[in-house]
Amino acid sequence: MGRMTFVLRRLLQLVPVAIGVTILVFFMIHLIPGDPARTILGIHATPRAIALLHQEWGLNRPLISQYWLFMDRLLHGNLGVSLFYGGSALSLILSHLPPTLYLITYSSVLAVLISVPLAMIAASRKDGARDHVVRAVPLIGLGMPQFWLAFLLIYAFAIKFHFFPVSGWGSGFFGHLRSMFLPSLTVALALAPVVIRSLRASMLNVLGAEFVTTARSKGVAGKRLFLRHVLRNAVIPAITVLAINIGFLIGGTVSIENVFAIPGLGQLMINSIFQRDFSVVQGVTLVFAIMVILLNLAADMAYAALDPRVRFSR
Amino acid sequence: MSAIPLTPEPGLPGAVPPAAAPGARAERGEARRARRWYTQPALMSGIAIMTIVLILAIGAPLFTSYNPNAQNLNATLLGPSAHHLLGTDQLGRDTWTRLLYGMRLDLRIAFLAVLFPFTLGTILGCVAGYFGGWIDAVIMRVVDVVVAFPFYVLVIALVFVLGPGERSIYIAITLVGWVSYARIIRGEILVAKRQDYVLAAQSGGLSNVRIMRRHLLPNVITQAIIYSMSDIIQDILAVVTLGYFGLGVPPPTADLGSMINDGQNFLSTHWQLTTIPGLAVVLVGLGLSLIGDGLADILRPGQA
Repeated sequence: MGRMTFVLRRLLQLVPVAIGVTILVFFMIHLIPGDPARTILGIHATPRAIALLHQEWGLNRPLISQYWLFMDRLLHGNLGVSLFYGGSALSLILSHLPPTLYLITYSSVLAVLISVPLAMIAASRKDGARDHVVRAVPLIGLGMPQFWLAFLLIYAFAIKFHFFPVSGWGSGFFGHLRSMFLPSLTVALALAPVVIRSLRASMLNVLGAEFVTTARSKGVAGKRLFLRHVLRNAVIPAITVLAINIGFLIGGTVSIENVFAIPGLGQLMINSIFQRDFSVVQGVTLVFAIMVILLNLAADMAYAALDPRVRFSR
Repeated sequence: MSAIPLTPEPGLPGAVPPAAAPGARAERGEARRARRWYTQPALMSGIAIMTIVLILAIGAPLFTSYNPNAQNLNATLLGPSAHHLLGTDQLGRDTWTRLLYGMRLDLRIAFLAVLFPFTLGTILGCVAGYFGGWIDAVIMRVVDVVVAFPFYVLVIALVFVLGPGERSIYIAITLVGWVSYARIIRGEILVAKRQDYVLAAQSGGLSNVRIMRRHLLPNVITQAIIYSMSDIIQDILAVVTLGYFGLGVPPPTADLGSMINDGQNFLSTHWQLTTIPGLAVVLVGLGLSLIGDGLADILRPGQA
C-alpha cells in the first residue's frame, strides 16, 4: 500500500467518527431533563425568551430536522450564540484556544523529558533496585487527582519558594514559558506513569531482540547501545502511547486550567457551566473532540512516516 | 480518554504489565503458578490497604463522635489536637469526620458506578466479537465516537446537562466508561471463539446465547475484572473532580472533591485542608492498583 492510499484510507475512516461526534454533541440538549429552554434559562425566564430559544434551536421540529439545522449551522461555522456573553460562541471558543494548545504542547514535551530517562534507568537493569523504584511510581501516580497535585506544586514552588507565579499564563514567549511551567508540569506528571510503564516494557522488548544481541557481540555496550540501538526502536511505541493518551492529556487540562486560572478552553467550559451557557459548553465539548481526532490523525501519520511497517500491514 | 488507555494492547498499560524478557518468562511463569494467592505481596498489601479504608469508610460513625456537617464557628481552622485529630475547617467542622464520610460517599459512588459500564461493555463487546459483521461494525464505530472525547470533558458535559447529583454521575460514567470493557472483551472473544471447545459447542447445536454465557464469558471475563480495578480508580478521580467543580453531590454533604475545593482558599495558611483529602484518594488508588497488579499476576500466569 502506497503512502497516499494509507492517508486516504485513514481520512475515510474519520468520516463516520466525525458524524457520530456531531450526533452525540447534538443530542446533549435532549439529555436536559424537562424543557431544555426552560431549564437553561432558569425559573425567571419570560415566556418570550423561552419561545425565542425554541425557535433558535428548532425544538418544535422533528428530531431529524433539528439535527439537520444543527449541522447546517455547524458547517457554516455557527456554534450558536453565547447566552452569557451575547456574542458568537465560535469566536469565544477560538479566543480561548491558544493557552490550551500551549499547555498541551508544553506538557507533552515535559512528559517525554521526564519519562524517557526514567524508563531507560528502569530498563537498563531489570528487577534491580532502581527498576523497582521506577515501577512503584505508577502505583501512586495513577490514583492522584490532577488538580490536587497542582495544589501541592503551587504550595511548594509558588508559595513556599517563589520560583513560579501562582496563576495566570503570563505575557510574551518567556512569560508563558515561566507561568505555564507549573501547570504543564502537573499535566506531565499525571501522564508520566503511563508513559514510563509502556516505554519500559517496549525497551525491554527491544533489549531482547536479536539485533541487540548482535550489537552486543560486536562489542557495543553501555550508553552507545542504549542511544543508538534501543532508544531509536523504543521511541515509536512511546509516540503511540502519547497519542493514545492524548484524550487523557487534554481532559487533564480542564481541571489544571481552572486551578491555575489559565484563560483556556477548560476554564471557558467550567465558567460556562456555572453560567448555564449551553451553546458554549456544547461548542467546547465538540472542539475538544475535534482536537483529539486531529491529534490522533497526526500521530498516525507520523507513525506511518517513521515506520514503513505500519503502511504495509493494513 | 483515560490515564488507563482504552486500547488494551499487549505491552501497553492497562492491558498487560510489562513483558518479561523471553528467556526468563517460562521459569518465572512456573514460579508464579506455584505461588498461592495469599503469598502475593502486591495483592496482599493491596487487600490490607483496602480493608482498612473500607472499614473506616463503612463504619464511619464508629470512628468519630462528630457530625460531619455540624458547624462550630467558635472552633474554625484549628490545627490537629486530641479533640480534632486532623483539625477543623473554615466552618469549624471536624476534618477527620468529614474525611471518613467523604470517603464513604465517594467510594460508594465509584464502586456502584463501575458496575454499569462493566455490564454494558461486557455484553456489547461479547456480542460484537461473537457475531462480527455489521453488528461488530456498528458497535465499534460507536466506541470510536465515544473515545474521540476526552474522558473528563464528556463526563463533565454530561453531568452538566443531566443536572448535578449522584444519579447523573452514574449515567455519565456508564455512557463514557463502557467502551473500554467492550474493546477488551471483543478482543478476547475474537481469539476465544476460534478455540475447539467453542466449535464443539456450536456443532453440538447450542444456542448462541448459551455459548456466549456459559462457554465464552467465563474464559474472557478475567481481563475485564483486572481492568475494572484501574477503572474504579478512574471513577473515584472522576467523582472527586466533579465534586471539586461543584457538580457532584450538593453541599454540605462531605465529599473529598468539595473538601479540596473548600481548602484551596486556605492553601497558604492551612495546607492540610487541601492535602489530606487528596492523600486519602492516593491511598485508595494505591490499594486498588496493587490488587489489580496482583490479580493480573495470578490470573494471567506466563503472560505477566
